[in-house]
Amino acid sequence: MADTLIPKELKYTSTHEWLKIEGDTAVMGITDFAQKELSDIVYLDLPEPGKILNQGDVLGTIEAVKAVSDFYTPISGTIIETNQELKTAPDLVNKEPYGKGWMVKIKVTNNSEVTNLLNAEAYEKITVAH
Amino acid sequence: MINLEPLIFNYSKFDRKGYSLPKSDVGIDKTDIPNTELRPDNDLPEVSEIDVVRHFIHLSTLNHHVDKGFYPLGSCTMKYNPKVNEDMCRLDGFAMVHPLQPVETMQGALQMMYELEKHLCSISGMEAVSLQPAAGAHGELTSIMIVRKYFEERGEARKKVLIPDSAHGTNPASVTLSGYTAVEIKSNPAGLVDLVNLDKALDNEVACLMLTVPNTLGLYEKEIEKIAELVHKKGALLYMDGANFNAYLGFHRPGDAGFDLVHFNLHKTFSTPHGGGGPGAGPIGVTKNLAKYLPVPIIEKNGDKYELNFDRPNTIGKVVGFYGNFGVIVRAYVYIRMLGAVGLKEVSECAVINANYIKKALEIYYELPYKDICMHECVFSSDNLKQYGVKTLDVAKRLLDFGVHAPTIYFPLIVHEALMIEPTETESKESIDKFIEAMIQIAKEAKENPQILKDAPKTTPVRRLDEVKASRELNIKYTKV
Repeated sequence: MADTLIPKELKYTSTHEWLKIEGDTAVMGITDFAQKELSDIVYLDLPEPGKILNQGDVLGTIEAVKAVSDFYTPISGTIIETNQELKTAPDLVNKEPYGKGWMVKIKVTNNSEVTNLLNAEAYEKITVAH
Repeated sequence: MINLEPLIFNYSKFDRKGYSLPKSDVGIDKTDIPNTELRPDNDLPEVSEIDVVRHFIHLSTLNHHVDKGFYPLGSCTMKYNPKVNEDMCRLDGFAMVHPLQPVETMQGALQMMYELEKHLCSISGMEAVSLQPAAGAHGELTSIMIVRKYFEERGEARKKVLIPDSAHGTNPASVTLSGYTAVEIKSNPAGLVDLVNLDKALDNEVACLMLTVPNTLGLYEKEIEKIAELVHKKGALLYMDGANFNAYLGFHRPGDAGFDLVHFNLHKTFSTPHGGGGPGAGPIGVTKNLAKYLPVPIIEKNGDKYELNFDRPNTIGKVVGFYGNFGVIVRAYVYIRMLGAVGLKEVSECAVINANYIKKALEIYYELPYKDICMHECVFSSDNLKQYGVKTLDVAKRLLDFGVHAPTIYFPLIVHEALMIEPTETESKESIDKFIEAMIQIAKEAKENPQILKDAPKTTPVRRLDEVKASRELNIKYTKV
């Protein structure tokens, strides 16, 4: 889709999550493409801090007007924080998917897993094929 | 809605009554009611009988229902409910019976339930049936509780239940509630269970595979025997989500195909009202070796007498207050007896023919992701209309202007922009043709004047509702002003 934002500096999954790595922590959310596909998001089920998850595990659930979908862990690690603002304003994910709509902060177990993720160019190909 | 028809509370006038009772011939002592239970603020509407009748009749004309128009809601089987069902369940012996009556005084009701169990056994090929679960998902839950009990008694701590991605959405919920972990199995390109994926996922921790037949794409799992073999080889159990049973009555019996447990949706397959029109009923059927786990009580026939047996040491216990949604059970019994074996088979034939007729007629106007012959429902995608800025939601809303209830949309999740159409067997060729014409016109409008679709519906009592606000700020409480 032409009007979909895919920032160059982020990493992506084929399941439409983005990941920003800062040292040994990482922040994740869902992509602009994903929020557009889902339409208006009305509720988010986010994991509890302290939870340990592996890359590819179900991380939480997004409830949109259209459907309910899972989202997945982009990189293995421990949940350190979730975006509390989304509890009252889930629409931030629609408005600013890469900014105020971030979802989960993860303490990364294994940095080398980044090689399993996509760069912006490779992710764009997936969205175009859709 | 408030402008179209006031709430019943708004009709209320102090001391207006819709009843007249004879004078009480026993003394009423108001002090018998504890003060804590008195609710002077309990502002019940005080209205006359005619106000009540007109209010609800008017509401029913604003609403869409199967008695008013075509209702092709995929996955929900909104078939017509014959009125004879209503007559029979209102017979005094059924309508006035109380579950706490001594069993000797309700032999007819028990006989009817006993016979319905036997009919469901012959329809499904299972050994024993319980009518208790109060809804389809409750039947799933009861079944998975039986699975759990089975493995507990064997001393096996299995943890997982496998569910194909084309299954009903309630399956993972039933699994999670029973303390198991749901593991999703990806379908193959034909929309069926991928045997390689299944085999890989089947380890010794798997307790059960839940298979929806036909699946939510409306497709029949062609390799059930192989699937059953793979599952049983690992000592796991095979469960059939029988919510779509109306697709193969008299053609396929899960018991013969190797299923260990199955649930029925009486309210879908056997024509009892649902979807706001009444409670459901989700009886389950099991094989011989699982029968001892069925919920209590069990209806037994000893000589000429019907009895309720609560003394079942291996039972999972009780799953509802009494014996299930009795009124629904009567209606399903009547439906089965009215149609008989030949009639039930015809039901499935017509349901499948109708769905395939629609599929064929519309396949050049909408995308058809899975091309195989379908069962009782077909799944289209309106992805081809995306180029005109039209979404499935717009197609569904426009259909309302044609006096048709919208099909199920955005489900199953594995189909992009899904439109899931289930015409049911009760519709005439003329009403199905009218629906097809409407769908064709909508496809043309999408191309030529998409704004019509975006503005739809125009002819309904209310236009597009704010679904986002309804989800985020739901408030359905009446407050007196």
